[in-house]
Amino acid sequence: MNDNSHSPTETNSPQPQYVGIVARFASPADLLAAARQISAAGYSYWDCHTPFPIHGLDRAMKIRPTILPWLVAGAGATGALGALVLQWWANGVAYPLIISGKPYFSLPANVPIIFELTVLFAALTAFFGAILLNGLPRLLYPASTAASFARVTTDAFLVSIEAKDPQFHPERTAEWLRTLGAESVELCPAPEGDDAIPAVIKRGLLVLAVLALLPPLFIALARQHTTETPQEKPRIHIIKDMDFQPKYETQAVSPLFADRRAMRPRVPGTVPFDPHWQPPPEGFLTGKIGNEYLTEFPIPVNEDVMRRGRERYDIYCATCHGWTGEAGQYDGMTSRRARARGETTWVPPASLTGQAVREQPVGKIFETITQGMVREGVYSMPPYAVQIPPEDRWAIVLYVRALQRARAPYPEDFQDSAPSASASAANPAGVNDGQMKSNLAGEMRR
Amino acid sequence: MGSASTISRQPEVDNTMSDPTSRPPLVVGQHDFATVTETVARIPERPKTTLAWKLSFAVAASLATMFVVLTGYLFVTGVGIWGNNSPVFWGFPIVNFVFWVGIGHAGTLISAILFLFRQHWRTSINRFAEAMTVFAVVCAGIFPAIHVGRVWYVYWLAPYPNPMGMWPNFRSPLLWDVFAVSTYMTVSVLFWYLGMIPDLATLRDRATRPLPRLLYGLFSLGWSGSARHWHRFEKAYLFLAALATPLVLSVHSVVSFDFAVSLIPGWHTTIFPPYFVAGAIFSGFAMVVTLMVPAREFFGLKELVTLRHLDNMNKFILATSFMVGYAYLVEVFMAWYSGNKYELFTFLNRALGPYAWAYWTMVICNVAIPQLFWFKKCRTTPWIMWIIAIFVNIGMWFERFVIIVTSLSRDFLPGSWSLYKPTLIDFLMLIGSFGIFFTLFLLFCRYLPMVAMAEVKTVLPQAHVHHRHAAKERAPSELEYAR
Repeated sequence: MNDNSHSPTETNSPQPQYVGIVARFASPADLLAAARQISAAGYSYWDCHTPFPIHGLDRAMKIRPTILPWLVAGAGATGALGALVLQWWANGVAYPLIISGKPYFSLPANVPIIFELTVLFAALTAFFGAILLNGLPRLLYPASTAASFARVTTDAFLVSIEAKDPQFHPERTAEWLRTLGAESVELCPAPEGDDAIPAVIKRGLLVLAVLALLPPLFIALARQHTTETPQEKPRIHIIKDMDFQPKYETQAVSPLFADRRAMRPRVPGTVPFDPHWQPPPEGFLTGKIGNEYLTEFPIPVNEDVMRRGRERYDIYCATCHGWTGEAGQYDGMTSRRARARGETTWVPPASLTGQAVREQPVGKIFETITQGMVREGVYSMPPYAVQIPPEDRWAIVLYVRALQRARAPYPEDFQDSAPSASASAANPAGVNDGQMKSNLAGEMRR
Repeated sequence: MGSASTISRQPEVDNTMSDPTSRPPLVVGQHDFATVTETVARIPERPKTTLAWKLSFAVAASLATMFVVLTGYLFVTGVGIWGNNSPVFWGFPIVNFVFWVGIGHAGTLISAILFLFRQHWRTSINRFAEAMTVFAVVCAGIFPAIHVGRVWYVYWLAPYPNPMGMWPNFRSPLLWDVFAVSTYMTVSVLFWYLGMIPDLATLRDRATRPLPRLLYGLFSLGWSGSARHWHRFEKAYLFLAALATPLVLSVHSVVSFDFAVSLIPGWHTTIFPPYFVAGAIFSGFAMVVTLMVPAREFFGLKELVTLRHLDNMNKFILATSFMVGYAYLVEVFMAWYSGNKYELFTFLNRALGPYAWAYWTMVICNVAIPQLFWFKKCRTTPWIMWIIAIFVNIGMWFERFVIIVTSLSRDFLPGSWSLYKPTLIDFLMLIGSFGIFFTLFLLFCRYLPMVAMAEVKTVLPQAHVHHRHAAKERAPSELEYAR
């Protein structure tokens, strides 16, 4: 046939180093017949290259069945089991949601996602399994330098035998392939260059990798916030969410009205909504009359109010001041976490049962809850007027008094059932009521 | 082979005749392996794009850009720019989602189900239909994602351990939808890409310029047509087909659960999963015909995508049209037969109420007009089938509109009844989604192999191993196109 196909390579190099031999066949049938012969001759490092899969070729070449089906089956089973465990864990254990009274974990509702994940895992394994088992991506083949190799994806039916095969011999193998019906036979010199990734791609990937590091770097810089170097500026706030709303705050200025007040005065003639509304007793809203703090409660003092005060205290106050009001080492969750994190701006909560607060009149405690506490220009305690209505604030004051009394009892408290007539005027919290006192003492033990 | 100069001058060859004694040719003209490659590969190899492509791309890309800009506007302003309002909170976005995801069903059906059934005629159209599927699912996926309101938290849909200690509700069909559509997207892309690797290698080997050579080379992963590689490739392809077949049926079933699992009259029916799947195949095939008729004309693929292919697809459209029509009838029958007055009201309201125009548009486009495919003339004349397919596309969009809007606008509480008023933005985003679809599609037509060359070669007579020396025996003059 055409001997000149491999002659240039022989003239180019005096000591030709061949990596393989490529024979081109005219049709799928010729290739199949040749593949049977080559396989029978006992070659081990050889392959066929075709533009499309040829039926029977894998059997003729004695290609062992691929392990891929087992991988796909394993991945499918993993997907199914994973989906089941995920749904059981998420909705049955970690985050049980009551939905229409349905059970937390019920198989029928889990079927769709089990199915989807089975397919997903199996499909990904089928794809990547085939690619990786084939050793792809790959740049060079032993047959790469053959001229006919460029047509293998169009219409060439090739057999390639590698030089490392023990039976390989440049002339004898070529001659033998011709007797098998090859249209042309080429000896393949070693390819120039190597199998390495081209420098252009390497550099491009390097640049991309460096560029990809920039966004996380900026985020890390913006988020850097330690006790040693507290961050002055707020964190990056890409999504404004509901933090910044197009609305007027209390006391804000509005250009819409002539008086430039966003808060509008009451329309003349309006009446209170509650028909039974009465003006509150004096000092009820501020805790003081004139400049004098109230020393008596402006509300009736009884067990119901005490219980209410305890409930509200546990909700609003205990999170910092602790369940007993002692603060210090018995402070609440928020305070403990702030201490644990080493928050520099955190002011430890005051002890409510200490002498300083014990000696305050009730009006003063009420005022602190209402207005908060400002120390050195910053709130050491925020105001609670918005969160807690006035009657609840008084109830909390009453409960605080009870906590103080439990921490620092009067001598008469130790005398059983001895109602004292000498109750302090500044400390009237149910002291006159022996019944109530013993009830509270029982509840105070936690 | 003088086909390069006769791109737009190819005559139609009627290969739709039925002869029980022999199989009709799947490829017409005298093609061998080299000419199949030549016919397909010369399209992405053209050094210059045609004016028609440039104009189409300019229009499509402008619409796609408009969609992106409107999406930005939506993120900044909120979903109030849409017409979604009480009680119709699922307006155009969900209509568009179901419409696009339905279209995305034909590709995998053609690729996977017809592959498993050894329907060899699929080889000429499967790449094309798979591409259409991927692009339609891209359009479909956008709408529910931007419909969630605070789109920057869309990742909360994914189950991952988070500091909030929260997990998604796995008993919700909406979450099933997330899994179904994302799995479908992934598997469709894998299927499409795996089948394309040998063809990308063909383009790599033919490329003369460095950049196409590099890019096709990168994405063909060094494919060499090795028999050992083909062995695993065929296994993987078979598995993907076998996995995609139940998947394609499951996806629109899960989409239908979004409706069927709720209690709204007109939604809460067990017919929904098969009804939705049939509708999806119906609309998908119509979209394939819509795109295929002009594409085979402009790109000179008439010998590979023959009239017989179009005829087969039109038969599919006719059959699924009947399934959809049957579903419409059964819905109405069940509304009456169940004795449920709310159900009955819903269907009377659909046919006679304020949205009767939409309902009858749907019935005419989906049931009446496809009946023209009973006539062989309509099944084999490209321009007629193209018009019918357009009607089917319109009808299937209206089907989803009717299902979603009529049921929601007239729910159990008459006090909350209200008509749905889409805004200009709603319409622009619908048009914009077509822009995204066609942008991707035109890029595919220009730069990727539109027909699966390796697969078409396997159905040529020369590919059979008993067909010895077929190419040699034929005189060169026979290779010329027979006029």
